Amino acid sequence: MGAVVGTLTMQTKQRRPSRDKTEDELEMTTVCHRPEGLDQLEAQTNFTKQELQILYRGFKNECPSGVVNEETFKHIYAQFFPHGGRFYFLCNFLLNDLFVNRLIAVVADASTYAHYLFNAFDTTNNGSIKFKDFVMGLSTLLRGTLREKLEWTFHLYDINRDGYINREEMTEIVRAIYDMMGKYTYPAIKGDVPQQHVDAFFQKMDKNKDGVVTLEEFVVACQEDETMMRSMQLFENVM
Amino acid sequence: MAAGVATWLPFARAAAVGWLPLAKKTMPKPPVDNSSRSDEILYVNVSGVRFQTWKNTLDRYPDTLLGSSEKEFFFNEETQEYFFDRDPEMFRHILNFYRTGKLHYPRYECIQAFDEELAFYGIVPEIIGDCCMEEYRDRKKENQERLAEDSEANEGTDAPLPPDSTSRERLWRAFENPHTSTMALVFYYVTGFFIAVSVIANVVETVPCRPPKGSVKDLPCGEKYQLAFFCMDTACVLIFTFEYLMRLFAAPSRCKFMRSVMSVIDVVAIMPYYIGLVMPENEDVSGAFVTLRVFRVFRIFKFSRHSQGLRILGYTLKSCASELGFLLFSLTMAIIIFATVMFYAEKGTKGSTFTSIPASFWYTIVTMTTLGYGDMVPNTIAGKIFGSICSLSGVLVIALPVPVIVSNFSRIYHQNQRADKMRAQQKVRLARIRMAKKGTTNAFLQYKEDRGLGLLRESDSSGFLRKRRKHSDRDSDSTALCVKNRSAFEHQHHHLLHCLEKTTNHEFTDEGTYSELCMTDSVGFRTSRSTSLSSQQGAQNNSTGCCPRRARRRAAIRLANSTVSVSRGSVQELDTLHLKTTSIPAQTRSSLNAQGVNLKLNCGEQDFSAAIISIPTPPANTPDESLPPSPVPIPGILRNTRATTFTHETVKISSL
Repeated sequence: MGAVVGTLTMQTKQRRPSRDKTEDELEMTTVCHRPEGLDQLEAQTNFTKQELQILYRGFKNECPSGVVNEETFKHIYAQFFPHGGRFYFLCNFLLNDLFVNRLIAVVADASTYAHYLFNAFDTTNNGSIKFKDFVMGLSTLLRGTLREKLEWTFHLYDINRDGYINREEMTEIVRAIYDMMGKYTYPAIKGDVPQQHVDAFFQKMDKNKDGVVTLEEFVVACQEDETMMRSMQLFENVM
Repeated sequence: MAAGVATWLPFARAAAVGWLPLAKKTMPKPPVDNSSRSDEILYVNVSGVRFQTWKNTLDRYPDTLLGSSEKEFFFNEETQEYFFDRDPEMFRHILNFYRTGKLHYPRYECIQAFDEELAFYGIVPEIIGDCCMEEYRDRKKENQERLAEDSEANEGTDAPLPPDSTSRERLWRAFENPHTSTMALVFYYVTGFFIAVSVIANVVETVPCRPPKGSVKDLPCGEKYQLAFFCMDTACVLIFTFEYLMRLFAAPSRCKFMRSVMSVIDVVAIMPYYIGLVMPENEDVSGAFVTLRVFRVFRIFKFSRHSQGLRILGYTLKSCASELGFLLFSLTMAIIIFATVMFYAEKGTKGSTFTSIPASFWYTIVTMTTLGYGDMVPNTIAGKIFGSICSLSGVLVIALPVPVIVSNFSRIYHQNQRADKMRAQQKVRLARIRMAKKGTTNAFLQYKEDRGLGLLRESDSSGFLRKRRKHSDRDSDSTALCVKNRSAFEHQHHHLLHCLEKTTNHEFTDEGTYSELCMTDSVGFRTSRSTSLSSQQGAQNNSTGCCPRRARRRAAIRLANSTVSVSRGSVQELDTLHLKTTSIPAQTRSSLNAQGVNLKLNCGEQDFSAAIISIPTPPANTPDESLPPSPVPIPGILRNTRATTFTHETVKISSL
């Protein structure tokens, strides 16, 4: 008898998802973007045709529909910065003087930073990255001029796109970066290390001490920073 | 990390520019990437089907054949492609794995073929995608089970016993496989008959017979003819006891045997009788004794040794234990629920039969199984409503586990059918294999004939070969064809065998020659025999034909200087040796050696000592190939010690 009652209840449940399913199916089939022609992209970016081909093949392989939405992006980025679980890797990141070349266990959360990164790439602000956005961003980062790179970084930090970086935005970014490090770090993150980091940053960048950093201040301050200039050059050959 | 993620790594590294303003120290130097930047297309030719792919695609999995430098072994310089002589259909799936990162298992392919391909390309089956993993695992398990069954069926039970088994082993075999010997079969039927007799006697005992004179009441036959029944019972129990003790004696592992189901049934079947003998004629105890007699009905289960269907049924029930358990549990739950409900529904009624909840159990069971005796019937409306719900749900609850049990039974039954079919086909298969091997034997002998080689030719003392030639001339046409079509492989193979003959100074021959030699020799010559290149069966047949078989190997052991019977005996010995050593795999690839030449005098098994008989010969043809080192110098010794008045010595090797 229990079985009878069970089958009766199962039937009522089945009817509801069917309505949603057709809608979902419609949605899925319409989303399929194609990039502009190879020639146009070549003109707009600093990549050669072959490089664009290689890039597109990898992109299309991962995202056959032609777009990356935020969830997928977070998932992909999180694979580089493992999310949950213990994971050892040699950490060469330098966010603090004491962090050089230590072996640390990472329980990391990369999703916040990935969110900001996604927004930085998604120049059209429609919640998805198409190949054009992807390749333009990469072109700036890898082949762009120093000024372009710094502008890109400024836009990354400027979360609300108002042209100014204030303390709150900077704090969020720094916290997101520290989150990627995870809970188990050596030495442990004690106190409010991110806050201290933000203070140090503002001290360096904010020349007129008005509590916000404008693009010009940012560019000038970075160009004065010797260590940063040296590091910039190291990223030339990523592709 | 998944391979696809590797394509995003450059992007993640580029995005690291965003960290630079925050960093207080210089970034470390990036690793130098020496590999060529441009991606190239590789051509992979698999049995003529050309596949093309990017080099990067293959490089995703560097621990496989295609992703590592191992593929360079297959590179063809002329055509500038990688050539694999494998199945192109399967390769499609392999290549898709590189492309998509997921390995799929095609349902229509044989699981073993697929596994072999995976092994060749260095891909671990564990990475099969979730979509196909279940199918793959199921089929693999099924295949393994089937192979295990087949090998069990092969190994076992119908193969002839090794000759040196003890009487105990033989007895056990006779019990397990009644059709191996006549005695066993007789015993099998006798026990079956007595089981039937015993069961029928138990049944008839209770039938009322006509009462003896002077009494009115009907007596059950058991009491009327008490002595007769007692005698019959005694006889049956004696037979059963005897059988049980014999089985216990013959069992290879007594503890295991005693724990087995059949043995428990045997014990339970005969215990009541003995207990009855022992117990005194006491009023109090006899009640219990009567109960014990009930256990005599378990004798009917002894039939399961005789009936395969019964065994299958028992095995099915055992394998469906969980379903049966579920059935029982759900039934119990339902019974309790409905009994309670009915009891309270019918509580008020006067004269209701539902006196208690346990009393209602009976009603519930009878209703749920749709029996409906009608001895307990609800009178109130509520009772009737619940009663009807009870009967409806009873049908459902019982119908649910039944298909599972049925499908299990069907699977086991078909497995059994398959095992029987395989056993029947085995004989046909073996016969076919034997014929093929004979074909190759004849090819070699034909080769020798054609080349004018062979000892038989050179010293044909009995005109024997002339007779043989006559036979062979008849099919000279076919043999002529054989000569022409012999491949390079066969030539080399025959040359190899020829070398061996020269080494050992003995020749290969075939069944016919051997048997004829046997016949001619038995007429008057004290000659040595040797087994020939014949199949196992052939040797048996021959030996029965020309050399009467002795039952035991030990009886056939004779010392060197004796008569023809010796040689016969030794030959049988050799034959039986040859029978025994068939289990040893052939050392050479030659199919000729696989069966016939089973004078594999592998000393591992027995102790050999060479007994030498100096007998003038027509040359003996002892193929003693895989000779272990010790007997090999013997021909040499022979040559040294005796004058070679005859062309070849004969070496007889017997065991002592």
